[in-house]
Amino acid sequence: MTTTNLKAGAPARRWVYLPMALLAVFFLFPIVFMVVASLKTDRQIFADMDSLKAFLPVGELSFANYAAVFDRVPFWRFLGNTLFVTFCVTALGLIVNSMAGYALARMRWKGRGIVFGFIIATLILPFDTTIVPMVYLVANLPWIGFEGIKPVLEIGWLNTYHVQIVPFVVNAFSIFLFAQYFKSLPKGLEEAAAMDGAGWLRTYWRIIVPLSKPVFATVTILTVVTSPATWNAYLWPLMTVQSEELRPVMVGVQYFFQLNISWGEVMAYISMITLPMVAVFIAFQRSFIQSIANAGMKD
Amino acid sequence: MQRRNLLKLASAAGGAALAGPALSACTASSASDGKLLLWTHSAGNDIELAVTDDVIEAFNSGQDTYSAERESFPQDAYNDTVNAAALSGDLPDLLTVDGPNVPNWAWATHLQPLQLASDITDKFLPTTLGYFQDELYAVGHWEAACSIFARESVLEGADIRIPTIDEPWTGDEFNEALERLQAAGDHKWALDLATADIGEWYPYAYSPFLQSFGGDLLDHSTYRSAEGALNGDAAVKWGKWFQGLFKNELSNPESPIGGEDFLQGKAAMSFNGNWGALQAMEAFDDVLFLPPPDFGAGPKIGGGSWQWAVTATADSEGANSWMETALSDEFVAQFADQTGLIPATDAAAELTEHYASDGDLRMMMEYSRNFAVLRPETPAYAVIASVFTQYAGDLIHGGDVAESLDAAVAEIDADISSNDGYGF
Repeated sequence: MTTTNLKAGAPARRWVYLPMALLAVFFLFPIVFMVVASLKTDRQIFADMDSLKAFLPVGELSFANYAAVFDRVPFWRFLGNTLFVTFCVTALGLIVNSMAGYALARMRWKGRGIVFGFIIATLILPFDTTIVPMVYLVANLPWIGFEGIKPVLEIGWLNTYHVQIVPFVVNAFSIFLFAQYFKSLPKGLEEAAAMDGAGWLRTYWRIIVPLSKPVFATVTILTVVTSPATWNAYLWPLMTVQSEELRPVMVGVQYFFQLNISWGEVMAYISMITLPMVAVFIAFQRSFIQSIANAGMKD
Repeated sequence: MQRRNLLKLASAAGGAALAGPALSACTASSASDGKLLLWTHSAGNDIELAVTDDVIEAFNSGQDTYSAERESFPQDAYNDTVNAAALSGDLPDLLTVDGPNVPNWAWATHLQPLQLASDITDKFLPTTLGYFQDELYAVGHWEAACSIFARESVLEGADIRIPTIDEPWTGDEFNEALERLQAAGDHKWALDLATADIGEWYPYAYSPFLQSFGGDLLDHSTYRSAEGALNGDAAVKWGKWFQGLFKNELSNPESPIGGEDFLQGKAAMSFNGNWGALQAMEAFDDVLFLPPPDFGAGPKIGGGSWQWAVTATADSEGANSWMETALSDEFVAQFADQTGLIPATDAAAELTEHYASDGDLRMMMEYSRNFAVLRPETPAYAVIASVFTQYAGDLIHGGDVAESLDAAVAEIDADISSNDGYGF
């Protein structure tokens, strides 16, 4: 019976895969164009634009655009900044947001529902609407700096790494995902841990975290890809970071838009900053899809 | 005990946060430490940055009271960065500002009037001086000018008169030239207008045509309304002509930035800025840079490019001293030679390769001097530019001319009214 069903399903699946494959090719076109154009001169890019040659590595090809990128932009510096900020926001976010999610999902305390509702409500506000008051706020926040080894109170976070990290560690959507996942875990595990004398923190660290790898993977990927402070950080560093030394890769894209734009260089730069993310996505896509599906189902 | 300590720490942090604005305000208004911070919009443009660095070096080595240093930002995001810095009280001492933004930034008190002797500023092209309400706020090293890029062989082939600065094409002649070029069939399009450039290109490049028809972006007698200027008879005439270019397939509604259709041989002529001139000269050995046509109120092109200004919180003496160094003919010429843009003074022009009396781009300087019109010198310009871009785009794609212009006027007037006239 099972064999019969599988056989019957095969042709049907083919009809599903065919449009999916066509869509995949369609969505790949921009990436193919980007990489191919990065190897061409500007004249060649525009000359090929009216035909399929735009997507093919034909004509005079070279890596000259890639070499020019390094003359125009301090690429490694920008990349290092992005990796550092992305790592800090993601790592700190996993700790803080998972703990918050755990407290909201499993600990019993007064006002828990209201706090959870309030956190979820902040998701309604787009980042663009809060950015101006946030700039004003961080410009006036205190920070402990150092003159040699002597700690000094500084006012204003602008033009620092921490202004790119701290405001984005707490993330309402991450808390929501963690809380939803933790709610699905059997309570018996915590009760057994409690009987063995484990407190909340030990239970969280020894029992809950090892059982929650899928949601940690999901939050990691979502943070890296969608947070306004990580790989795609653009508007926030633009408004709060004035020193070139601290800028991330996305701001570097704007370095190419002069009166005369070299499109080949633009394509080379965005290839250089896109392909690492594509590689990361391909490497993690299985756990990404799996954990998104899990997080969506468990309530 | 632990809780009390935490509370103390929290209240100390809160107090410091509240004290923050006061402390930062103190910093901003405190006496200068001799350091001058300069912001430029030129990140990624090594040529411009190199000249700016030369100015800084000359200034720093020429005196020992002040020390200047620069930070550069990408141009397309520069205005947002400056506005954010103004909001947080973190502006530098000197900064570059695009000409049309000078009134807005002066009105918003980001800038202070310059204290420069008139013998320094008098020699600059009028459109390189940024005024707001009769006060000088900014001076530019260079100017840009648009012209019609064409090829002598193509015009001669279509039996089209080559216009001169003294005898530019009339509107009718220009329209006829476009039709002849289209009829010749050698090019897909007669005129490349670079419509894909939706930065500030639309008001900069297209509104001078509107002014040549007798219309305008704003009523210059009051600066409080666009009524009649942007939707009067002359403006409607311009709108129909402009839309006709695309409707009659004389121009490509999706033409790429930078006159690429012209450079690729897809368009017979292009309307482009002088920053593209050297590229065109490399592509064609018979390229011409022709004056804009006269649609009745004289030939017009946009004026006003990037300029240097002193911020409101800067040490005035030090910043103006830097300006004096920067505005020497030597540096004006150096900028022009390196960037290909028009030098702001006659003396500097004579020091340059392309703009000297016998230079191959000298006519651009004449076009600028004779035909350039400044975009409205009002803080409302930022909104005017955005609204004009939107509705000019509607015209390109077939929107009703009168309705589109009326809608543009309504939006501009509403903005001016909600800002209480922007000081006018």
